[in-house]
Formats: sequence, structure tokens, C-alpha cells
Amino acid sequence: MNEHSKIENMGGCSEIPVLKERGQREVFCGLTGIIWLHRKIQDAFFLVVGSRTCAHLLQSAAGVMIFAEPRFGTAILEEKDLAGMADAHEELDREVANLLERRPDIKQLFLVGSCPSEVIKLDLSNAAERLSKIYFPKVKVLNFSGSGIETTFTQGEDACLASLVPTLKETDEENLILVGSLPDIVEDQLVELIKELGIKEVAVLPGRDRETMPSIGKKSKFILVQPFLTDTTEALEKRGASRINAPFPFGEEGTTLWLRSIKENYGISDDKFEIVTSAPRKRAQLGLKKLRTSLQGKTIFFFPDSQLEIPLARFLSRECGMKLIEVGSPYINRSLVDKDLELIEDMPVISEGQDVDLQLDRCRESNPDITVCGLGLANPLEAEGLTTKWAIELVFTPIHGYEQAQDLAELFVRPLKRKEALLI
Amino acid sequence: MKLSIWTYEGPPHVGAMRVATAMEKLHFVLHAPQGDTYADLLFTMIERGNKRPPVTYTTFQARDLGADTADLFKKACKEAVERFKPEALLVGASCTAELIQDDPGGLADALNLEIPVIPLELPSYQRKENFGTDETFYQIVKALSCTQEKTKKFSVNILGPTALGFRHKDDVRELKTILDDLNIDLNTVAPLGASPSSIKSLTKAHANVMLYPESSELACRWLKENFGMPYTEHTPIGINSTKDFIEELNKIRGVKDSFSDTSRLNFDWWSKSVDSNYFTGKRVFIFGDATHVATASRIAKEEMAFSIVGIGCYNREYARKIRSLAKDLSVDALISDDYLEVERRIADLQPELILGSQMERHIGKRLGIPCAVISAPFHVQDHPARFSPQVGWEGANVIFDTWVHPLVMGLEEHLLGMFREDFEFNDTAGPSHLSNSKSKLNEEKETGADNEIRWAPEATKELKKIPFFVRGKAKRNTEKFAFENGHSAITKDLLYEAKAHYAR
Repeated sequence: MNEHSKIENMGGCSEIPVLKERGQREVFCGLTGIIWLHRKIQDAFFLVVGSRTCAHLLQSAAGVMIFAEPRFGTAILEEKDLAGMADAHEELDREVANLLERRPDIKQLFLVGSCPSEVIKLDLSNAAERLSKIYFPKVKVLNFSGSGIETTFTQGEDACLASLVPTLKETDEENLILVGSLPDIVEDQLVELIKELGIKEVAVLPGRDRETMPSIGKKSKFILVQPFLTDTTEALEKRGASRINAPFPFGEEGTTLWLRSIKENYGISDDKFEIVTSAPRKRAQLGLKKLRTSLQGKTIFFFPDSQLEIPLARFLSRECGMKLIEVGSPYINRSLVDKDLELIEDMPVISEGQDVDLQLDRCRESNPDITVCGLGLANPLEAEGLTTKWAIELVFTPIHGYEQAQDLAELFVRPLKRKEALLI
Repeated sequence: MKLSIWTYEGPPHVGAMRVATAMEKLHFVLHAPQGDTYADLLFTMIERGNKRPPVTYTTFQARDLGADTADLFKKACKEAVERFKPEALLVGASCTAELIQDDPGGLADALNLEIPVIPLELPSYQRKENFGTDETFYQIVKALSCTQEKTKKFSVNILGPTALGFRHKDDVRELKTILDDLNIDLNTVAPLGASPSSIKSLTKAHANVMLYPESSELACRWLKENFGMPYTEHTPIGINSTKDFIEELNKIRGVKDSFSDTSRLNFDWWSKSVDSNYFTGKRVFIFGDATHVATASRIAKEEMAFSIVGIGCYNREYARKIRSLAKDLSVDALISDDYLEVERRIADLQPELILGSQMERHIGKRLGIPCAVISAPFHVQDHPARFSPQVGWEGANVIFDTWVHPLVMGLEEHLLGMFREDFEFNDTAGPSHLSNSKSKLNEEKETGADNEIRWAPEATKELKKIPFFVRGKAKRNTEKFAFENGHSAITKDLLYEAKAHYAR
């Protein structure tokens, strides 16, 4: 599929060329986001309307079945739904009724579209509206698409958050909204730092339940904590909120620049900023210093996965001294990652999309010290002698902010150390 | 539409992948959207596969629909053949591609490739993973088989082992040893390790060993009908089933008696030794794929002297077999792929041991009931580094160890009883090798707030002396006995009357 591969100029303020590829993609679809979203939003249920494949994907990606009844499930389409022998909407209503009866703790229900539901044009927004009429106000029913024909991995979270935005309460008050789901502990750290800077009204999207979803209005400002939130950004701007553009809060430098963008936007004094950030900055610097020696000068190759690749590449090259060979991302929204891109020196190959066989050829050819890739590729590449880092760990592990800077670097140190330690 | 939370089987194209991944020099082009590549990680992670599954996914997107998905498919086929140079090509569609009806077989045919193209029909909205393995292997055999001269000496094929099968690789190794003992030549193993050219030579053998009906029954039946090849129907898992399998094989080759070296077999003596006395009548629930459940039931009953309280399988294709077996055992058969239904059944039956898949292992953890894994689906921890077959004599040894491991052993049971009254003994700790968490079920039973039957204090005190791992059952039985006999209060005497009543 190499005729699809072409170098394109990204335009805009920078002249960075991007290798755009189209072919087999070795990435998850957007449904996978449900794995962390259902833990984050604790009164929500995610009902995928899809096939056995969707259910099997969620189960395989979730790995361990910790919960007898997790707050997600798949309404599996059957032959009779497709052949028109059953009215799919009636069937869905029945499944939802059973579910909500069994789970009275559910306050928000997301109907999640899949590849098959989209191909048969099952209108889930219509269904959400109809079901809302029945169950609101006890249960809020929303819908978004996590289908593989529309979304890649983290874009599922984008679609979910974007679906929430129109339902947020209107406010005339000023507030600052952090956008993107984070582990609770990291979220608390960042919110606390911002409050210490003197900003009183700080909210988070998504809130941990229906009650804590932020309000929004023309005086709202928002800042992203995750780089994959294109549709959510658009939806928030539509509601009149304005975005604070910043590099993403990975590492000491990233977190400082992220906080500084807020500081400047709010006209907070340098002194105040110094007082609030100096202690955690020093801690982060100290933690990174120890690990930098292991990463300095090592080469790294990113297969596309979560859209976190560009901000992470910035962190690894600037704060850990790594050499970037190729930074692959499933989709690049220049306006969201430009602040990170600007900081990357010795620009590597930036690639968007994927033709996995061609990319594997490039990876083997460049023989990197670490390859960041999905679980389907990791063991085969290890068997070929390459050292790999599971990309999914970067999504499931707390890596944002000052206190996690060291943990983030450590994720890349560990496979290298193991390689050294093993004498077999 | 049916709500599913955890599933036992994947879609049928995952079954096709299990066959393709087991084989060499075969490539599978799957018409599928982005995301279906998740299936690769089942092989690379659970089985720690060191190669990518030989599958090319077309990865169509919304914007391709109605435009050029067919061209995308043809291009993927051409490029896969150029890059991987397979001896044959499998083509098929995943659930979404099935809806857009691009006809992978027709499209691949139009390319005039120089290698055989084997189209697969995998009805994703009706069938599941095991059907996919059986159907795919059958289509491969059907497409590639031709008449061949038989080997001079009696030889067999081993048919059925696939990738992601429960201990399939080890089973083949053990079975090879047994065939060797019996002086039977092995012609080919398939799909595991076979190439399209070795599939062609299947018909050189005199008979087939149908190792797992789930993945090879269609192929065995077709080879019998078209090439007159008989096949074995006994799956050699457990002592008695292995003996029956050998006898069946002897009958096929016209030999009266043959020697199989059982000096490796320890199971029989281990089971007769005194410590194993404590297994007698252990209440066991068995669930998984039909083949492993059927063989495990026989082992449980005849070779361990357990008491079977229920059996079931998730693959509906073999429901009849499991139902008739359940009838013989005088228990109810549970034919279901609804995980919550299985959990409810286990909670109701309160077995002392579950033999199941990884799904039942999770159920067991939650209910505080020990579980040994006997069937797919399995987790990475049930794919051990050491040689651990289920088949044959060594398989029997492995099964003994695996089943006994989660149980409280004879002497340990005594010691628990002896020290229960000791103030330093922590009654809630449970056996050291099981999870520390106290059984949820027992806790619920202990509170018993909604129960109308009243427990006298002295009876409650007595109940607490009963080891925690049987306390839930004792309480339930006593209450049932009290209810059935019209008692509204449970005294210490009644507790023991109930115990006598339920004595086995």
C-alpha cells in the first residue's frame, strides 16, 4: 500500500514534513477507551451496541476480569436483528430496561456505536433521545461512537467527552476546566497546584460522577491534559469556552510549561508561580536526574497508538536525552500538539496513520534501542532481538505531572535494565 | 440482541485465526476494520507467541465504505502474497465486512493468484469461535486433499490441535510418545505445525486421531466419507479414556492387544494412596468446552471418586453429548455461554471444587471456592513453561496435581481441625495458597438477616466451630433441614440431626 505513503507538508506555522501512510493498522478501535472511562466515571454504564467481536475485544483488552459485572457490556447483534426480523430499537429498549432494573446505581448510560451498528445505520442518537424521555431525570442517556471505522483507540474517549459537552450546565461564572481523564491521584495533584496558584473555580471533564460534571459558559477557560481530544475541544469552543494552549504536562518541563500557560493566562505573578511550583519541580528534576543516565543517547521508535506519542517524544528527547528515530501517531491534530512539536529538536520522522508491514521494515532497518508498540507486536519484536515498551502502559499508568515524571521515565528504563540484567 | 458481559468464545474469524496461526506457510487475509487486530495479542500475549499471526487485515474505514473496499481487499491480498509468499491463501470477512458483502472469495479468485485460495464463510452473527476452527480446518483439508498412496506401515494423523488450544502443543508431544510405544507411525499433525503441502499428504495415512472434536470433527468426517479414513472418537484424557482410545486404535488397525508403557503413570497409585481418602465424595462442578468436560467428568467419577454435582459446556454444538452425560450422572446439564448464569449455578450448588475455564476461576475467586482450569478459554498463567499435557499417561499425572493443588489435603484438614480452638489460630485465614479474602458467599450466609429461621446461641457457637470452608454449606443444609421439618429455631441438636441427614 506504499503508493498511499507520501510525505506531506503539514502547513501552518511550521515546516515539519509528515509521512502519511495508509494500510494495515495495528491499533485498537475507540471502544477500548471504555476500559478506563468506566473506572473514571463511577455512576456510568457503557453499553456497546455491536458484535461478539466487540465484546471479545473489550474482554481481551481489559485483561483480567476483576468484576463479576463491570459497568460495561455489549448488546450483541444477532442474525434476526440484521435480517429485519426483529426491530433493533425494540430489542435495544428491552436490553436497556433489563440493565437499568438490575443496576439501579447507574445514573448515566452511554450507548456506544460500533462498526456493525454504524454499517447497518442503527441510529443511536435517536435511541438515546427516546430512552432519555423514559429514564430522565433518574438516568441520563447519551451516545457516542467507538467504532473502528471512525475512531482509533483514544479517540473513543474524545467521542465520549464530546457527547457530554452539550449536556453540561450553563454558567455565567468564570471557571477553569481540565479536560481529559486522568487517574484520580494525578487529577487531584494538578487541581491542587492550580488552586494554589490562586484559581478558585477548577473543574474536571469528565467528572467522577454525574453530580461533579463541570458547568460551562462564555467565561469558561479550558486546558487539555490529553492530546487526543479534537472533537471535545471543538464542542467546548462551541459552548463559548476558550482554550489555553500549552505543551502537555509530561515530565518536569512539560508540567511547568503547562502550568505556566495557565499562570500567564490568569496574570499570576512570577513569585507566586515560583512558590507553588519550586518544590515539586525540584523533586521531579531530582527523580529524572537519576534515570537520565540510563536513557541518554538511546534511540527510540514509536509505532502509532494513543496520540500521546508527540508529547512523550518531546519529554524523552528534551528531558531524558533520548534520540528520536520515528514518532508515529494514528492521527495528528497540529493545533493541539504544536507547542510540543515546536520544542522537539533534531526533528525525527513524524508519521501519521500506518502501514504496519512498511513500518516494521523501517523499524528493523533503524534498529532502535527501544520500540514503543502495541501488544500484538511486542513479543514478535522482542523475539527478533529488539527491546520494546508496551504502548498501552502509557495509557493505563499515571504518568502526568511532577510527581509522576520519574515514573514515566522509569517505564522506558525498565525494559533496558531488564535486557542488561538477564544473562540468558 | 443479547447483553453479554464476559464471553467464553470469540467470533468465528478468531477460530479461523487459531487454525492459520497454528500452521506454516499459510496466510489469512481478513477483510476487517481497524481494531480487529486486537486478536493478534491473544496469540502474542496469552501464548507468548514469538511471531505475528499470519494475518493481514484490510483495515477499511468509514470513508472507504461504498467506495473502494473491494479494491482495498484485492490490494491487501496481492501485497500479502508478495510479501509472505504463502503456499495457500485463506480469505474471509470479520463481522463488519460480512455486512458490506464484498465476497472475499470471488475477489481473490479474480486476482488469478498462482497459489490455492481458500474462501471461508464465517457467519459472525450466528456462530462462534469453535465453529470457526472446525469450519476453517475442514475447508483447508477439503481444498487441498487428493488421493495418495498409503504408507506401507500403519500410520495415523493427529487432527485438531490449534493455536490457543488448551495444552494442545503438549498433548501432541505426549500422544506422539504413546503412538511410538504402540509402534504406530505418525504421518502428519494438523493444523498445528502443518503447511498446505503437508495437508496434501494427510491421505497417505490409514486413519485419523480426532484429538479435539471441536476443531476437527468436520474434517475427520469428510476424510472418512471421501477417502475412507476411519477416525478415533475417544479423547485420550484420563486413565480410562486413554485405555479406551488405545483399544479403539487397535480395533481400527486390526490388532488384538498392544503394549503401552504405563510406567510413567503415577495417577492411579496417587489416587489409591491414603492421603487421597479425603477426596472421596468431594463435591465438584465441571464446566468448559464439551470435550474437556466429558473427559474430566469421567476422571472425577472413576479415577478420583469425587461426587459430581453439576456439569455443563458453553459450546452449544455439543449440547447433546453433555446432556446425555449429565443424565447418566443424574445431574442437571447447564448449556450456556452466559457467564452470570454459570456463576449463579455454582453459587447455588456450592461445590467444594470447580473444574472449569478461566471464567470459572474468576467465579471461584469471588465465591471462595477452589478451582482448577481444565479447558479454554485460559489465561497466560494457565499456559505453563513446563511440559503439562492433559492427554495420555503424563497428562493424567498433570491432571492429578492440578486438581489436587487447590484443595485442602488430608493431613492439612486434620491440622485445621485440631488447631481451630487455639487462640493464635486465625480461623479466617484459609489455606495458605488461596486468596486471603474471606469468602463473600460465606459472609453473606453468616449474616443471614432475611432468614426467618432463628439460630439459638449455642447452635451459632457450634456452627462457628465448623471449618470456615464448609460452614456456609453446613448452615444452608441445616436451615433447609429445619425448614423442611417445620422447625423455626435451630438448636445444637438440630444442627447435628441435619448433619446426620446429609451424611454421605
